Formats: sequence, C-alpha cells, structure tokens
Amino acid sequence: MELLSGGEMLIRALHDEGVELLFGYPGGAALHIYDAIFNQDKVAHILVRHEQAATHAADGYARATGKPGVVLVTSGPGATNAITGIATAFMDSIPMVVISGQVDSSLIGSDAFQETDMVGVSRPIVKHSFMVQTAEDIPMVVKKAFHIATTGRPGPVVIDVPKDVTDPARKFEYQYPSTVKMRSYSVPGKGHTGQIKKAVEILLSAKRPIIYAGGGVIQGNASALLTELARKLGYPVTNTLMGLGAFPAPDKQFLGMLGMHGTFEANNAMHFSDVVLGIGVRFDDRVTNAVAKFCPGAKILHVDIDPASISKTVAADVPIVGSVTSVLEEMLELVSQADAKVDRKSLDLWWQQIEGWRGKQCLKVMPADNDVIKPQQVVESVYRVTDGEAYVSSDVGQHQMFAAQYYHFNKPRRWINSGGLGTMGFGFPAAMGVQLAFPDAISVCITGEGSIQMCIQELATCLQYGLPVKIVCLNNESLGMVRQWQDMQYGGRYSSSTYSESLPDFVKLVEAYGHVGVRIEKLSELDQKMAEAFALKDRLVFIDVAVDPSEHVYPMAIKGGSMKDMYLSKTERT
Amino acid sequence: MRHIISILLENEPGALSRVVGLFSQRNYNIESLTVAPTEDHTLSRLTITTIGDDRKIEQITKHLNKLIDVVKLVDLTEGAHIERELMLLKVKATGAQRAEIKRTTDIFRGQIVDVTSTVYSIQLTGASDKLDSFLAAIGNAAVLEVARTGVTGISRGEKVLSL
Ligand SMILES: Cc1ncc(C[n+]2csc(CCOP(=O)(O)OP(=O)(O)O)c2C)c(N)n1
Ligand SMILES: [Mg+2]
Repeated sequence: MELLSGGEMLIRALHDEGVELLFGYPGGAALHIYDAIFNQDKVAHILVRHEQAATHAADGYARATGKPGVVLVTSGPGATNAITGIATAFMDSIPMVVISGQVDSSLIGSDAFQETDMVGVSRPIVKHSFMVQTAEDIPMVVKKAFHIATTGRPGPVVIDVPKDVTDPARKFEYQYPSTVKMRSYSVPGKGHTGQIKKAVEILLSAKRPIIYAGGGVIQGNASALLTELARKLGYPVTNTLMGLGAFPAPDKQFLGMLGMHGTFEANNAMHFSDVVLGIGVRFDDRVTNAVAKFCPGAKILHVDIDPASISKTVAADVPIVGSVTSVLEEMLELVSQADAKVDRKSLDLWWQQIEGWRGKQCLKVMPADNDVIKPQQVVESVYRVTDGEAYVSSDVGQHQMFAAQYYHFNKPRRWINSGGLGTMGFGFPAAMGVQLAFPDAISVCITGEGSIQMCIQELATCLQYGLPVKIVCLNNESLGMVRQWQDMQYGGRYSSSTYSESLPDFVKLVEAYGHVGVRIEKLSELDQKMAEAFALKDRLVFIDVAVDPSEHVYPMAIKGGSMKDMYLSKTERT
Repeated sequence: MRHIISILLENEPGALSRVVGLFSQRNYNIESLTVAPTEDHTLSRLTITTIGDDRKIEQITKHLNKLIDVVKLVDLTEGAHIERELMLLKVKATGAQRAEIKRTTDIFRGQIVDVTSTVYSIQLTGASDKLDSFLAAIGNAAVLEVARTGVTGISRGEKVLSL
C-alpha cells in the first residue's frame, strides 16, 4: 500500500472520486494541501479572486454538468467568504464539497489566528459536515462527503481539515474505499407503487390537469421522462424558475414559468386546474402566493425525493416520496397501458381556455420610442444570436426575471441561476464554472450593473484561464428590482437604489482587466453589435447595454392574492 | 399537542448541536431535552419534548430524520408509553412545615435525601405533570431550588427503539 500525507490523501481521494477540477484560494491553514496540489497533475486547481466566487463557480459547474462542484479554501476569512456560496448551493440542492483548512487541532478553541468554527458557522446551510480528526480518516470522510452531497436530495457538504492533519512529514497507508455504507443515511429509491397507481388514476381522470415541474426534475436527470409523459398525456406543463429547461420551452404544451413573475396562462391554469402534478418542486412561497388561496379546486399529486418537502406548505392529496426518474418511469408505464385513456373532451375544452389566456400575450414587449432599448429586447437578442443554445447564468433582479421569461430554454442544465437564496454576484463566477466544464460552449451571464459589481474581480480569473464568458449587462443604472418595489409599494421613494453618477465605465474597466468591452445604446444597433460581440469566440466580452430604466417586470403576483391575481403592466391588473 | 420524540443519535462530535440547531433554525420549540450514551457506546439516546399541531410534528420528525447523524427516531406519544422525569429540589422545612412536607413527599412517593435543620432536599420521579402537582402542593413560598432532568421515555409493550 502507498504511503501518503494527509494533504496528499485529500487530493488523491478527490482524483479517485473522479474530480477533475477544484476552485479555491490558498492561505496558511491550507498550504500543506496546496503543496500536495503542486506535486501532481491529475486534479486541476482554478485560482479565483474571492472565495465566494470559488463556491459559485463550483456551483455553476455542478448545475451544468450534474457532477459535484469542489471548493478548497483556507480557515477563518477564507471559510467565511465561502458561506454565501454554500448557502446558495444549499437552497437550490446543488451537490458540492467544500474543503476548508482549519488551525492545528491543538489550537482549536483558543481563538487562534484565522480560527473560525467552520462546522458551526456553516451548520444550518449544509447537508452535512465533517471535522477530520486524523489523516487516516481522510479517505472515508471524502468518500462519505461525496456520497452524501450527490445522492438523495443533493446539497453541499463541508470537510474541515485541521492543518496538522495534512502535515507532509506524517505519512499513512492510503486506500480509497470502493463503497460506503452509513447506517443513518439511506437514499429514497422507488416511490410507493400503490401511491403511483392512485396518482395516475387521478391524473387520467382529470378534466383540467397541469404538470408543475421544478428543479428536482433537472437534478434528477428526468427531463426526457417528464417530456415523454407530458406529451403522451397532452397536458399543459409549467416550470418553476429552477425548473426551466426541464420541459422544452418552444413546445406548444409549455405555458412558461409560473409564480411571482410567471405567465398569465401558467398562473391561471394552475389556479383553475382540478389536478396538479407537482414533480421535483416544493410549493415555494414565490410560486403559491397566499397558500390559503392556492389552487382551490385542485387535487395535489406531489412527487419529490425529500419527504420533508411534501406537505410542507401545501398538503398533498397523493404524496409520493421517491426519485423522480423511477416514479416517472412507473407513471409512463401505467399511462402507456391500453386501457389508460385521458378525458379527451374535457382536455380539449381546457386547452381552449388556456389558449384564451395565452392570447393575452402577457410577455409581448412594447417597443420604446427614440431607439431606446427595452431590457426584454436584449434577452431576445441574446436568444437569437445564440440560437437558443447557450448556457445562461444570471444574477438577481429584473434582468434575472427577463432572462427567465425571454430566453426559451430548450434543454435542462442550461439555465444557471440562484433561485432559492437569490444571490447577487452568483452569475458571473457560475458562468466561469460552466465555461470550464464546457470550453467550446457559449457561456453567457445575463446580469445587472448592480449584481455584476459583486464579483467583478473574477475578470482576472477569466484572463488567467482564458475563459471567453460573455457578460451581457442590462444596465438600468439602478437596483432595478428594488426600484420596482419602491415604485409599487413605497410611492416611488428610491431609498438607496440609484447610483447613476457613480457607475464605472464598464468598457474601460474590462479593458483594464485585459478583455473586450462593448457599449450598446440604440435599439437599431442591438442585434448587430450583439452578434459582433458573440463572434469573438475566444475572448471575454462585456456587453454593456443601456436599457430603459423605468421598465418593470410583469406579470407580477399581487401579494396576498391567489395565483390568478397579477399585475400585468403599470396600468393593468387582473 | 405535546409530543415526546426519542432519537438514537450517532455519538459523534457536533451531532447534538445539529439537532438543537434544527429546532432553533426552523423555529420549533424545545420544552425539554435529555441526552446520554446508550449501552452501545456509538449511540446516544436523546429525548425531546416539543409542542405543535400534527403538521408541525410531522415536519419536525421529517427534518430530524434528514439529519445524517440521526439513526432512528420514534414519537412516543403516538402509542402507549412510559415517561419519567427526575426532580431534585430544596424546600424550606422548619417548625410544623417539616411534618407536612414529609407527608406530602410520602404521598407522591418521593424521598427526602438530605436534611438540615431548616432545609429538606427531596428527590421525586414521575411524569412531568406529577412533578408539577408536587410543586403546587408544596407551594411556591417553600421552594428554594428546583433541578429537573427533563423527560425521558420508552414505549410500552414489545416495541423497542434499537438498531
Ligand atoms: C447579495 C444580495 N444583496 C441584496 C439583494 C437584494 N436585491 C435583489 S434584486 C436587487 C437589485 C439588483 O440590481 P441589478 O443587479 O442592477 O439588477 P436589476 O434589478 O437592475 O436588473 C437587490 C439589491 C440580493 N438579492 N442579493
Ligand atoms: Mg440594474
């Protein structure tokens, strides 16, 4: 057997786990580990410029590939800087393993230099965490960490490693375990067959059905199955913000996103449905609006791998705990049987009603005067220029909702966005992670001038590793989403949401970082300049687009109402 | 409603803080908590009493089950069960009160475990409401100090909580 130090074991274990890339930033407590990285070439390390970006990049990598993202940070400030990214991954159930250096075991608890109780600080935002006691434990801890992070409902796992445990002078026998068994952790497999039968019966007898699919379908790699089931039934489908791409957006059966900024047709179809099939969703408050008024006439069929998600906010009539893949497979089998018939007549009437709502064209963009660009038009332009084939990450704000509404995701894992935590600063590092995973793909970050400044330092990382990310900044010279709420609820008092005079010249800024910058101010130039920017395949291009600052995101749910209660424009509401 | 949840927990560093953290993080309330290692030194047994409607209790048990360190749990209040709490208390015992307190202690099957000329130390076990009744019978004025362990429990009959 081979003799390795703790630091070497960590890196070797990552390799044995199939990890090719890790994102990190060095510091005292992690230096033995960094030395172990230097002495091998199997696992590549990407040096970011801020630990938050390491977690977001690993997260973007994980969302796009389905493989766990891996992060390495030092103790104290390195670890605390990673917290926002860990919380982001936790809220969206993203598989991630974060290795944090820790002070020497003998110093723990003494308020030593750069000591933070990382296991304690991260406890509410991890799926699990480990503090490594001795180097001999490392292979099993790493094995368990990846097992926990990637199975069941995925999530981030922290491994805190005291520096003495990685001491290069102390070597131990290394063998990576081939299996792991934990008596206290089991992964839900198939759903209950009787429940699935019952759900399918209800589904088939529905008169006004709707399929409401979320991030769990993408995480569970079940998009193809979902699409097959939906097409077989001919039922309308809506996706959550997290689920965009789970069902192909250009499909006639797709009603668009639902929820706070969902479409008129999706939200109405939910409200007036008689059967809701929720798959890989959690009936989030941004979807349901007032829970008491949610889907008053509907039977709720709820499929999720996490039992705690079921009947948490909305009671399920038929709860099914299981992996979405296996449940969908069983459902497909049942609806494919000869005697399985949908209520065609009612369904036709239902579609007529839905087409009526669709006819409202709630996302139709009203062009502005004087060649002014509407933010929605920018997303439409990106969609055209990239043929709908890009990986699109975003930050948080109006631009995020416009991206979700106007980039019609055809495939899963293309829409990379912080849905649960809503983390400004997520988009750009996430786009780096995507680009590293898929060097030849188009990786776009649709952002705002507010959000992009939260991780702008990563421009340097992109130069170092030659990452040709395209940054499309919908520059409305304000914290647009905040301003929208201030317009709607605070009498237009823009408390700390504007900063026009102090915005940087983004073109000069990115040039200073060694990249290309483009400024677009006229609608008549939009498509052409956008195309030129995307034509620079090997370069990072920052496309700063001046957009109409007065624009709001619509539809928008009316707080306290049901799903059908929406503002449709500044002057129209339901 | 009040529920008694008994948990077999990995006897690992940090495991208890995950359980306690879950309660504060999700705004669940803990009435009492007891914990000690079991005959199998790799496991601790933890008993929590909490209050909530069925929906909330369901969420609590689901979230507890999700914690990696939780091996098994049971809501004892779902079936017939035995619950016990131990109370140690000091009461003022002078003059005529001495006999009265002794008598009350006997009625509740408690024991006086230490005596001075002015103070009795009393030990009492039972369900929590019995301990409450005893305190009421003695009267606030006489009570100098109370130490209660919190509830521990076990189900009746052949049902066992084990691996
Ligand atoms: C880290 C963080 N801080 C604050 C917020 C609250 N917030 C949500 S949207 C928003 C404005 C975002 O501005 P910008 O990035 O310019 O996007 P816009 O809405 O203008 O498109 C703010 C401040 C947040 N989501 N994340
Ligand atoms: Mg903005």
